[in-house]
Amino acid sequence: MNDLNILLAGFGGQGILFTGKVIAYAGLMEGKEVSWLPSYGPEMRGGTANCSVCLSENKIGSPLVTNPDVLVAMNLPSLEKFENDVVPGGIIIVDSSIIAKKVQRTDVKTIYIPASEIAEENGIKGAANMVILGKLFKETCFCSEENLDKGLQKTIPPKKMDLLDKNRLCIKLGREN
Amino acid sequence: MSDKVLMKGNEAIAEAAIAAGCRHFFGYPITPQTEVAAYMSKRMPKIGGVYLQAESEVASINMVLGAGAAGVRVMTSTSSPGISLMSEGISYIAGSDVPCLIVNVERGGPGLGGIQPSQSDYFQATKATGHGDFHMLVFAPSTVQETVDLISDAFDLGDKYRMPTMILSDGLLGQMMEPVVLPEAKDPTDNKEWAVKGHQGKRAHNVVNSLYIDPKELEDLNIARFEKYKKIMETEQRAEEYLVDDADIVLVAFGASSRIAHSAVDMARKQGIKAGLIRPITLWPFPEKTIKKHIDHAKVFLSVEMNMGQMVEDVRLTVQDKKPVHFFGRTGGMVPTPKEVLEQIVKLNGGEC
Repeated sequence: MNDLNILLAGFGGQGILFTGKVIAYAGLMEGKEVSWLPSYGPEMRGGTANCSVCLSENKIGSPLVTNPDVLVAMNLPSLEKFENDVVPGGIIIVDSSIIAKKVQRTDVKTIYIPASEIAEENGIKGAANMVILGKLFKETCFCSEENLDKGLQKTIPPKKMDLLDKNRLCIKLGREN
Repeated sequence: MSDKVLMKGNEAIAEAAIAAGCRHFFGYPITPQTEVAAYMSKRMPKIGGVYLQAESEVASINMVLGAGAAGVRVMTSTSSPGISLMSEGISYIAGSDVPCLIVNVERGGPGLGGIQPSQSDYFQATKATGHGDFHMLVFAPSTVQETVDLISDAFDLGDKYRMPTMILSDGLLGQMMEPVVLPEAKDPTDNKEWAVKGHQGKRAHNVVNSLYIDPKELEDLNIARFEKYKKIMETEQRAEEYLVDDADIVLVAFGASSRIAHSAVDMARKQGIKAGLIRPITLWPFPEKTIKKHIDHAKVFLSVEMNMGQMVEDVRLTVQDKKPVHFFGRTGGMVPTPKEVLEQIVKLNGGEC
């Protein structure tokens, strides 16, 4: 796999930062250089949250992803803000149960997945981020299946470990849908 | 691999300080540094340490002076405006020859400025963190791991030279997560014979003070302190060189901007441009020796910073007009992109951008 710069964006509370951390930890388990950088500041309060994750075979320069290889958009403002920044040939993953608008770019691969609906139908409301992660994993194969699971286990806080299997299920659903 | 953990820069600062034997933290919250204090507030009570949120930065730094004078490993952390508030206390600490660690997770300025990453406190950190003739050892890490490693060194060197030390970080390095291996915990030996602490009347009492009314006495003391600084300038300069040996265009950048410069150098090399990077790790003492080694073969120097041009003055002082020294920076919380830096390199190489 080549270097992968990922930008995840959505509302605060959708698990954007958490998802980024799972990816970064999985990359670390895979033996890659990784970085994770959140947006911080007043825009997080009720507004948008985004997170840059870099996975590389080499030392990571700028941890701030300005031109992502993969954009995950979990709300409309994020898609509108970052759509044009994606590198040509890159991937945009859209939670189509939240965003009705279509991606205008034709030089990128766009994947629409009703992640929020899928999570809710399976009784795990609020786990759309894990459905998206499953999709992102399927599309990019950024790590092995085993290391993805290790990354998940590393990221879930010990007190919430009872949610591990539900998260695993959502990742599986994301891969299959 | 197994012992590598992902940690936020700010949390790693706190954990590294604890591993280095620091058990006293005094501070006041400010973005983008607050995680250092938050982490300390959780950890210190569990390990028999002191975490105290003071009523202000002014109070914090004077508590640091007190604890440092008593001989314990002590630190504070803040962000840019907080350092301005602490500057009187820092000068007292330097004038009293008290070791301590001061962390600045820089944000945009001047004034209240903004909360996004910046490097605009270079002048303040290296030239005048407070009034009077003094210096601090200033370290500029560029990764979370390096932050961890330098904190241990900063405490040790502070004790060795009896002086305040600073870790100059920024919002980017403080907020980002990277893998780190935490160091083994150490228990620094308590042999500070000068410290003011209980001695049961068994010796003459120590005085830690920065007030000297007699000008001759004060001059002698300042001269002696500058003898120490001279020795530090000779022995403690640190810098990393990346592809510099055959470079025509030598970038100089520290901390977060050095990461961007590093990427830009890689991009330039791919285009066949001989670019390289000198990354100062100590900002004071400034690593002139490393820069001087490359004056002959370099055609031009380019200082890349997240400010309006501060370290570039030290680069110019070092290069002494023997070669042109240019500057590129973004400020106010804007982070330069590798592409923007590459454009500068291409331009200096005589190409179109």
